[in-house]
Amino acid sequence: MSISINGALAELPQDPRVSLLDFLREDLHLAGTKKGCNQGACGACTVLVDGERILSCLALAVQYDGRAVTTIEGLAEGGVLHPLQQAFIEHDGFQCGYCTPGQICSAIGMATEARRGAASHVTADLTAAVTLSREELQERMSGNLCRCGAHNGIIDAIGEMVAAELAA
Amino acid sequence: MSILDAAKGAAQATIQAAMGKLVPLAPDSWIPGGIPDPLIRRQHGVIGAALSRLDGPLKVQGAARFAAEFPLDDMVYAALAYATIPRGRIAGLDVAAAEAAPGVVLVMTHHNAPRMNQPAVFGSSPEAAGPADLPIMQDDRIHWNGQPIAVVLAETQEQADHAVSLIGATYAPEPATTSLAAAKAAGPQPGLFMGQPLRNEIGDAEAMLAAAPHRVDQLYRTPRHNHNAIELHGATIAWIDGGLVVHDASQLVSAEAATLAGVFDLDVAQVRVTSPYVGGGFGGKCLWDHQILGAAAARLAARPVRIVLSREGVYRGVGGRTLTEQRVAIGAEADGRFRALIHSGIAAMSPHNNMPEPFILGTRSGYAADSFSLSVETVTMNMLANTFMRAPGESVGTFALESAIDEMAVELGIDPIALRIRNEPDKDPTSGLPFSSRDIVEAWRAGADRFGWAQRSATPGTRREGEWLIGMGCATATYPYYRMPGAAARITLGRDGKAVVEVAAHEMGMGTATTTTMVAAERLGLPIDAVEVRYGDSIIPGAILAGGSQQTAAIGAAVIAAHRALVADLLKLAGNDSPLAGLSADEVGCEDGGLVKLDEPTRRESYASILDRAQRETVVAAEEASPPLELMHWSMHSHGAMFCEVRVNTVTGETRVSRFLGSFDCGRILNAKTARSQFRGGIIMGLGMALMEETQFDERNGRIMNPSLSEYHIPVHRDVPEIDVIWTDIADPHTPMGAHGIGEIGITGVAAAVANAVYNATGKRIRDLPITLDKLL
Ligand code: FES
Ligand code: FES
Repeated sequence: MSISINGALAELPQDPRVSLLDFLREDLHLAGTKKGCNQGACGACTVLVDGERILSCLALAVQYDGRAVTTIEGLAEGGVLHPLQQAFIEHDGFQCGYCTPGQICSAIGMATEARRGAASHVTADLTAAVTLSREELQERMSGNLCRCGAHNGIIDAIGEMVAAELAA
Repeated sequence: MSILDAAKGAAQATIQAAMGKLVPLAPDSWIPGGIPDPLIRRQHGVIGAALSRLDGPLKVQGAARFAAEFPLDDMVYAALAYATIPRGRIAGLDVAAAEAAPGVVLVMTHHNAPRMNQPAVFGSSPEAAGPADLPIMQDDRIHWNGQPIAVVLAETQEQADHAVSLIGATYAPEPATTSLAAAKAAGPQPGLFMGQPLRNEIGDAEAMLAAAPHRVDQLYRTPRHNHNAIELHGATIAWIDGGLVVHDASQLVSAEAATLAGVFDLDVAQVRVTSPYVGGGFGGKCLWDHQILGAAAARLAARPVRIVLSREGVYRGVGGRTLTEQRVAIGAEADGRFRALIHSGIAAMSPHNNMPEPFILGTRSGYAADSFSLSVETVTMNMLANTFMRAPGESVGTFALESAIDEMAVELGIDPIALRIRNEPDKDPTSGLPFSSRDIVEAWRAGADRFGWAQRSATPGTRREGEWLIGMGCATATYPYYRMPGAAARITLGRDGKAVVEVAAHEMGMGTATTTTMVAAERLGLPIDAVEVRYGDSIIPGAILAGGSQQTAAIGAAVIAAHRALVADLLKLAGNDSPLAGLSADEVGCEDGGLVKLDEPTRRESYASILDRAQRETVVAAEEASPPLELMHWSMHSHGAMFCEVRVNTVTGETRVSRFLGSFDCGRILNAKTARSQFRGGIIMGLGMALMEETQFDERNGRIMNPSLSEYHIPVHRDVPEIDVIWTDIADPHTPMGAHGIGEIGITGVAAAVANAVYNATGKRIRDLPITLDKLL
């Protein structure tokens, strides 16, 4: 049984109780994925599995046999930051930085969901293509808590990424 | 103009340009008649620029290593079991099944824990950091519901978590005070804060209140709050050669090391506490039982330990803000002048700590009045020690005071901003000291303009859009300037023209690492990238608490002292062959990587050249900051004017904050980007306090009932509007860099601004937090 983490294959743990989060942090020493609650309430542990955002604290590692996981450590390419990582720095989208990896992974997954046409609680027209307004971004990112209060910078940074994608 | 004149003019311009960059050394004390920090006058340097965080690239890549992320060989994982009664004794502990569970290395209880001294409780000495005056796992006594009763160490976290669930405990309960009513019935005690009584009596305030033509006299309540930093409390701990190394998330590395040394009978030099990154602090990341238990277990097992509290564990073992009940009474003339200002009430504490939530601190310096009666009393409950949480005192005290002022504005029919300005004091109303700087009126005017305060209707309930009632409110924010003694800095300047600045300070997201680099670069005349700041390690000399919003000033003064010593050493090293020969430190400034005579900028020499000639690789200067004498001469505070617009749903009672502006008067701002974030972060925590945050405490058994982020609500993205922040940027001439710490003021005044806006929207005055929907239906 194996799993791909940021493009590298890893052996899954023997103990089926090991969460994907603990597997990343403790076994693989990929501590960029954070633990804020271990019970699905904070979003700090968000990673991308085959492009979808999931809470790795609520996932057992062995469930992800054969899947491809991208963590915060896997976003920069060849030493160049992902545009969203750069935007977080520019917009000061963090203070302590502890919620940051989860916010960034979550935002990337969120943009994919929106492209697919997934509606949110604040989407007015369920038949039209999704427009990621500020309110939509706030709603769709509300599962990622930030206690430092970097919310404005986070949404600004994500808004910049979304606008750049639209322009492209 | 002759060629000669033109040449002279050009030379003059060159000298002036040079003088524009050249900054003399800062003074070594702040006392009346002293010279202000010359950095204040420097307008075109890096101070105040909007610089991105220097640790940003690490943080956005998940490469910043937090306490629970240090890999150590042969490490084991800890899990804790917690008591389920508020007071009594452990009658029986069944640990056999846990000990036999797979992977278990150790089960530690009071039966086998090593003998440890009681940690010195915070406040009992400058180095003391203990959470309470209680022994830790040394006997069978239970002091609060949630006290750790056993530690399991196992090879994996899963094994430890499972084994800890197998521990059985029985108790012999003893009577406990777990309801506020019972605590009050037992009688309140006078509150003592930092050794000073929390009491001020000026004139006969009750009599003046009774005689005043206009009166407001109300009771305000605030609940318990938990910190809820997203990083769980955790530490990675190892005993190495008889010494103790703790990689912790700590706001006080030096004091923590000293306290741990006391607990384990070690020399302070045998304990090292590091805290390179803290995932949110707010007062909660200090020394609690878990670090001591982790160290004790690591010693027994002779293995390094990782101990990370579960989210529930954080609620059981890390204290938060306590509840308060506050009376505010104001007696005023028809023109708005205050005759009497009364602010008194109670805060709950445990029997084993001393943190009487000092909610009158802001009132002491806030407004002029003919008479004052201010006091905080404490009542005792059997509960986890309460502690500092962002703006202890002011955060909840301003809710009561600033709500009452709004009520008085309604009573008098005066605009609430005008009422505040009418009672603006010309000196500190209770201490009589002059203010070091106070431009709150300017903050009010600029804020009111920008927010569009003039659009507000004074009559509640007049603005409506469909189901929503819209209102505006405002309140004063205030937090003192502090600078604690004991700070030090060490500067190592190399022949390569690079400097390393070391301070035993902390980066919890405030931007300290970045602003310290900016300020040090400016003083040393070096570019930002030639300065490296190291911090968060108890082996660095000095002690700098990340608390009381004092870190910036404490570091600032320490760097000033070390800088003076460094320049004096450099001048000595320069010797007689240098163009600087014979000059004293006060005759030179730093610029372009060298020293320059202030009034003769052609006399200069680079650091590299000085060190070259002296055949030295480095020069090192370590110095303690001057004592904080400024606090004896002035009343020193930061101020802000908070503006809030809310929408309250008439069907559901839901309150949404639609706009917020903080207009601040906090001295010189060092980094516009990180400062804005600091202010916003405080305001957002204030919005949580206003509308949703409440630690629910079961009054039958003293147990916290909502120990999770799904049941204790903090603001999420959808709750946070775009928050506007402006500042006066008027330097305080009596502080390093002219700056004030700004970590805490943001939360103050927010809850009152929201409550006052809710009143303006609905006509309903909510006097107990949080303002939940049920209170508005
Ligand atoms: S750690 Fe997974 S949601 Fe909080
Ligand atoms: S930046 Fe600290 S929790 Fe978000």
